[in-house]
Amino acid sequence: MDAILLQILNGLDKGSAYALIALGLTLIFGTLGVVNFAHGALFMIGAFCAVTLQRILNLSFELVDESQKDFLGNPLKVKTPYVEAWFGPDIGGSIIDWAVPLAILFAIPIMIGVGYVMERGLIKHFYKRPHADQILVTFGLAIVLQEVVKYFYGANPIQTPAPDALNGVVNLGAAIGMDIVYPVWRVVYFFFAVLIIGGIFSFLQFTTFGMVVRAGMADRETVGLLGINIDRRFTIMFGIAAAVAGLAGVMYTPINSPNYHMGMDFLVLSFVVVVVGGMGSLPGAVLAGFLLGVLESFASMNEIKSLIPGIDQIIIYVVAIIILLTRPRGLMGRKGVMED
Amino acid sequence: MFGLDKKDTSLLIIVACLTLFAPFILNPFPTGSAMAQFNAGYPDLMQRFVIFGIFAIGFNILFGLTGYLSFGHAAFLGAGSYSAVWMFKLIGMNVIPAIVLSVIVAGLFALLIGFISLRRSGIYFSILTLAFAQMSFNLAYSVLTPVTNGETGLQLTLEDPRILGVSATADGSIPVTNLFGLEMRSTFELAVGPWAFQFNAGYYLCALIMLAAFYLAIRIFRSPFGMMLRAVKSNQQRMNYTGLNTRPYTLAAFVISGMYAGLAGGLMASMDPLAGAERMQWTASGEVVLMTILGGAGTLIGPVLGAGFIKYFENIFSKINDNVLHTWFSFLPDGMEDAVVFIIHPFIGKGWHLTLGILFMLVVIFLPGGLVEGGQRIKGWLRGRKAKDSNASGETNPAE
Repeated sequence: MDAILLQILNGLDKGSAYALIALGLTLIFGTLGVVNFAHGALFMIGAFCAVTLQRILNLSFELVDESQKDFLGNPLKVKTPYVEAWFGPDIGGSIIDWAVPLAILFAIPIMIGVGYVMERGLIKHFYKRPHADQILVTFGLAIVLQEVVKYFYGANPIQTPAPDALNGVVNLGAAIGMDIVYPVWRVVYFFFAVLIIGGIFSFLQFTTFGMVVRAGMADRETVGLLGINIDRRFTIMFGIAAAVAGLAGVMYTPINSPNYHMGMDFLVLSFVVVVVGGMGSLPGAVLAGFLLGVLESFASMNEIKSLIPGIDQIIIYVVAIIILLTRPRGLMGRKGVMED
Repeated sequence: MFGLDKKDTSLLIIVACLTLFAPFILNPFPTGSAMAQFNAGYPDLMQRFVIFGIFAIGFNILFGLTGYLSFGHAAFLGAGSYSAVWMFKLIGMNVIPAIVLSVIVAGLFALLIGFISLRRSGIYFSILTLAFAQMSFNLAYSVLTPVTNGETGLQLTLEDPRILGVSATADGSIPVTNLFGLEMRSTFELAVGPWAFQFNAGYYLCALIMLAAFYLAIRIFRSPFGMMLRAVKSNQQRMNYTGLNTRPYTLAAFVISGMYAGLAGGLMASMDPLAGAERMQWTASGEVVLMTILGGAGTLIGPVLGAGFIKYFENIFSKINDNVLHTWFSFLPDGMEDAVVFIIHPFIGKGWHLTLGILFMLVVIFLPGGLVEGGQRIKGWLRGRKAKDSNASGETNPAE
């Protein structure tokens, strides 16, 4: 029982990353009708926003401290981050410690900006081109973004730890009399993902802006005829989708040290998630993300692996193939989306 | 000639001349000169040109004719490599059975994957092929380790049975791949003055096979079957409405292009008897897509050009380093020289992929027909100027 609950937790945790990326992909696809192969790169850029903020906060100056000696007897050089010098060691230290959560605030404007520039500068010109061209150009863009990041940050994974307070483990089963020890940060990640997903849905559901966007997704032409500049709103949605991917990346950094090709690794999976959920269906993407995450972690249980060896490696693809062949529109796909 | 019309015959002859005289053409600079680093006339690189040429020609039969964008073609290349290496391990070091088996295995594999994937089209087809390829890649890494040797990759050992050959040569080393005794790695060097031309047996085998593959591709392009595939690309629905079932045609195209990939994989293993799972990864599939698009999808010569272009510049660009740049720009004043080198630095050496990515984006944005379309536009532009005609006939408007 413990093992099963633990796998469900693992699955929800993995699934929340899939769901966030797939949600962004679906937002772009549902609004603009563009298949964005560069979405994994946006996830990666988000993760490197966290790395950058951490580096900025750690910028420091050196002072020669005469009162302390190093082992050779020379005066010790003490490095002090500017932040600590400005705010005092206590507050400054905790600011540095909380770099990853702070990076959320740092990443949102950057990601919205990146998304805006990408949409206006490149993707706008590809609305009328075939889907194959959209895939190809965004694939090229993904390579470029990846290489640029590699140029500035190197090819090795960069450690970005979570704040000390959130770095330990917590016993989640204490309340129900079971023993389920789980890393705190992963729990935080799950709730963060739920929060973001809830935020996006309520934004689309309860604001006028969201209503217009939903109307545009259903029938772009009619909304345009009503005198609403739907392109502008869709561009903003692209920025928001980029921000969602970026935030997923920021929060993911303590779980897995970011490297330049982390986006590509996630991209393939998140496309599979989108297709399983149904192209253009937001609830479908979220549902499929969590579903596949849970399935994947169950498949990696030893009991199941001994029954079907290797199932943990391929379960997602097997599920995707079965779903595509039996329910061509995915779990919650709408009629008439991408059926040409 | 060979059942081709005049234009295609001349194209075939040009390609034949280019490949057969490649050791001369790719070696224009004397060895030891400053420009010698631009030479590409050494066996390893030339083999890669033609092998990836075959791969891209095959991919183009599917993507160029039917418009189905497969993101999983590397799986067939990998399957071909593995089966070729297994032939070397079990039967003997002759390349013929290895190549034949790799084509057959890749064909069967393509039949299976194609049968399932082709039930859907468009983006769904791309994702399905991608899923299958990633699945094969993951399996090759994990469960199929007895067959694929997992992360290490499949290699020849001294203990292999090799029924028709010997397990080990007289001096106790692993035998090399050969074609009825002609060793694939044997190279004949011809020194003419300061030039050294290398003629490699393996290269010529690959080149001849590529010519055969190219000829076959021309015949497919010009056949009624090819016409049918083009019809599928332009309007599949209409084909269905005329009461025609398109799936056998697309499946045939998929299997043929899978067999081409298997052939390329088999040749790759014949030149260097190794096979690793990374050949199946989806980035490898992406590479063949890049080659085909860069050269010009749907054209005959395009994929070959694209493969040659990417492999050549990959090799050359990654060799250039800052020192080389400094010697090039030494004519500039000091500050300028450093500035120019600084600007170019990210794009060379390890940064070659950045250049490739940018180039690829530019091609997709401005030149959807690839290098071939670029050549046609230049030709049209030159003709237009000659005729003093402002409306160049070959000019096509860039698609928005």
